[in-house]
Amino acid sequence: MGERLESGDLLGSGRGGPSVARVRRRLSAPFWRFPWLRGIALLIPPVGWFLLLYVAALAVLFVSAFWSVDVFTTKVVHSWNLDNFREIFTSAAWRRVVVRTVVIAALVTITDAILAFPFAFYMARLASRRTRAVLFVLVLLPLWSSYLVRVYAWKVILAQNGILNWSLERIGLPGANIGYSNTAMWLVFSYIWLPFMILPVYAALERIPDSYIEASRDLGARGFKTFRTVVLPLALPGVIAGSIFTFSLTLGDYITPTLVGGAGSTFIGNVVYNTGLGAAGNLPFAAAFASVPLAVMAVYLVLARRSGAFEAL
Amino acid sequence: MRRIRRTHVFVAALAAALCVPASGVSSGKPGTALPTRIAAGEGKLTMIAWEGYLDPKWVKPFQAQTGCKIQPKYAGSSDEMVTLMRSGGGGQYDMVSASGDASLRLIYGKDVQAVNTSLVPSWKKFFKAFQDPPNNTVGGKHYGISLQWGPNTLMYNTKKVTTAPTSWSAIYSSKYKGRITVPNNPIQIADVALYLSKTQPSLGITDPYELNKKQFDAAIALIKKQKPLVKKYWGLSSDEVSLFKNGDAWIGASWPVTTGTLKAAKVPVREIIPKEGATGWLDTWMLSAKAKHPNCAYKWYSYISSPKVQAMQAVTWGETPVNKLACTQMNKLVKGSCAAYHANAPEAYYRSIKFWKTPIADCGNGKKDCTDYTKWVSAWNQATS
Repeated sequence: MGERLESGDLLGSGRGGPSVARVRRRLSAPFWRFPWLRGIALLIPPVGWFLLLYVAALAVLFVSAFWSVDVFTTKVVHSWNLDNFREIFTSAAWRRVVVRTVVIAALVTITDAILAFPFAFYMARLASRRTRAVLFVLVLLPLWSSYLVRVYAWKVILAQNGILNWSLERIGLPGANIGYSNTAMWLVFSYIWLPFMILPVYAALERIPDSYIEASRDLGARGFKTFRTVVLPLALPGVIAGSIFTFSLTLGDYITPTLVGGAGSTFIGNVVYNTGLGAAGNLPFAAAFASVPLAVMAVYLVLARRSGAFEAL
Repeated sequence: MRRIRRTHVFVAALAAALCVPASGVSSGKPGTALPTRIAAGEGKLTMIAWEGYLDPKWVKPFQAQTGCKIQPKYAGSSDEMVTLMRSGGGGQYDMVSASGDASLRLIYGKDVQAVNTSLVPSWKKFFKAFQDPPNNTVGGKHYGISLQWGPNTLMYNTKKVTTAPTSWSAIYSSKYKGRITVPNNPIQIADVALYLSKTQPSLGITDPYELNKKQFDAAIALIKKQKPLVKKYWGLSSDEVSLFKNGDAWIGASWPVTTGTLKAAKVPVREIIPKEGATGWLDTWMLSAKAKHPNCAYKWYSYISSPKVQAMQAVTWGETPVNKLACTQMNKLVKGSCAAYHANAPEAYYRSIKFWKTPIADCGNGKKDCTDYTKWVSAWNQATS
């Protein structure tokens, strides 16, 4: 077949037409004869990508979590042991880091849910079409600029001589001392991930048919009861979908803690960075620690599933 | 699905296994045969350096003089330097500007080779303390040529800290709670140990880099006690600059270059070497055990240690040169800079600075009971998180 192609090329473009068509027909014939081939051809690129770059990387991560490093040369030693995991579970400092990360991620999720719900409700059910479009742009606007720039902006706002304290002093209040603290991290995370909560909640609220609410009213339910028994249960999958974003994004972040966190603000990601890429060069320990957020997320997803959130989606 | 997973684990393990020999072997035999003369240059020199250490100001004349084209690779931390020197089995880079907390790791890891100091004319003009400092000279062999150094000083905002501190105790007292900043670096444990060696003599600390279990635990306990007082552990010099500029920090451990930057920005700061003394860093240009361009490397050694280039780098980066003759050159570039950076201090001054070196288990008492660097890193990371 290769030879024929070459001869076809040699004949020049004018007379090559029929032979190209023949080749094309040859190639497409098996796809017509065996339909399952089409499926495979379509799936090879994404599945290959998924297996090679995602599953294989995760597998290497898990495997290396059971290795260790040579004490002095910091070269990886391929001996299987559970020391890394033992250290994570026995060290009070590491436990503190895990608890801090999970608690702040949970607080950020709750804050975002509380902020996002009324906003999304207004957007989905009360606003005019034009207002809705404007609000959409406002929600998405921050995502157009770099994440890093926005975190740096907060760093400047919250600094001792920053805009926040300047404004507070102007109106005669004492300056807030929240720069470089866990409070600052909670604030910045809540700000950064808010769009990721608003959008799924909006999508869920928008899909509730007006007739449900009318039916509820016809059956004698007042505003709050309708909200509690009709709107909220139907919007809950959206809230949970949003919470998966805000929770997992906070759980895996290490840049915000570095920039706006203080002396006691180390996150799981920072420990992974410090021990793996930083001073220790202890990649196996970093790999072991990196599997902690994976485990936390797995538990979270199981709980979300148990609550029936996925069935409603 | 299960089969796929198992195959992938196998492939991953195989790939990892193939990587091991490549990274684990370092066949260079340091110090077996020192070169006796410098031959013609190879036309190229690959270098790992701190940002700014290969400034065009002094790199361009070198390239013109020797024909050795420099290929720089900048690293952000000592650990990155060690990793880079070992990447691809070593030999990818000819030289590295290693600080004292990395140099011993490179020497014991057999990543670098011994250097013949008689081929470096300026070496004889170095201060004695920098000809054979313990962080680059092991067993009488010189694994590299000292470059520049600086002390780790105590810096404070003179407007906020009105009674001038004289002791490191200022960063351990609750007087400046929430206004203190300390470098985020495990080698900082040595600063704590130095302070303890003076304030708690019963611990018997003689060298802040050689700590037995009891001394080490005392240092870590003080770090844990200090943590609630600390505003932030800074990573880069620029982090500390913004902390002082924005009024978040008033006092902290610092470098002369940071003080210089802040003074230039009109922030009222002052730096001192407290009465307990100070630690310091010393950078060394080290030569890879598998260097592909050794002649160009030796040409670089001669060039970078000459008084004029030493002065140029010192003035540019706020460092102190190791060459005695650089003093007059410094004053020519910036008036009074020689004295400002202590480049004309007596030999005893340099001996009083405890220079960074990688802590190792074998601290010379035959018992090998000192805490090694891995323990330092682990303890530091845990105490500060």
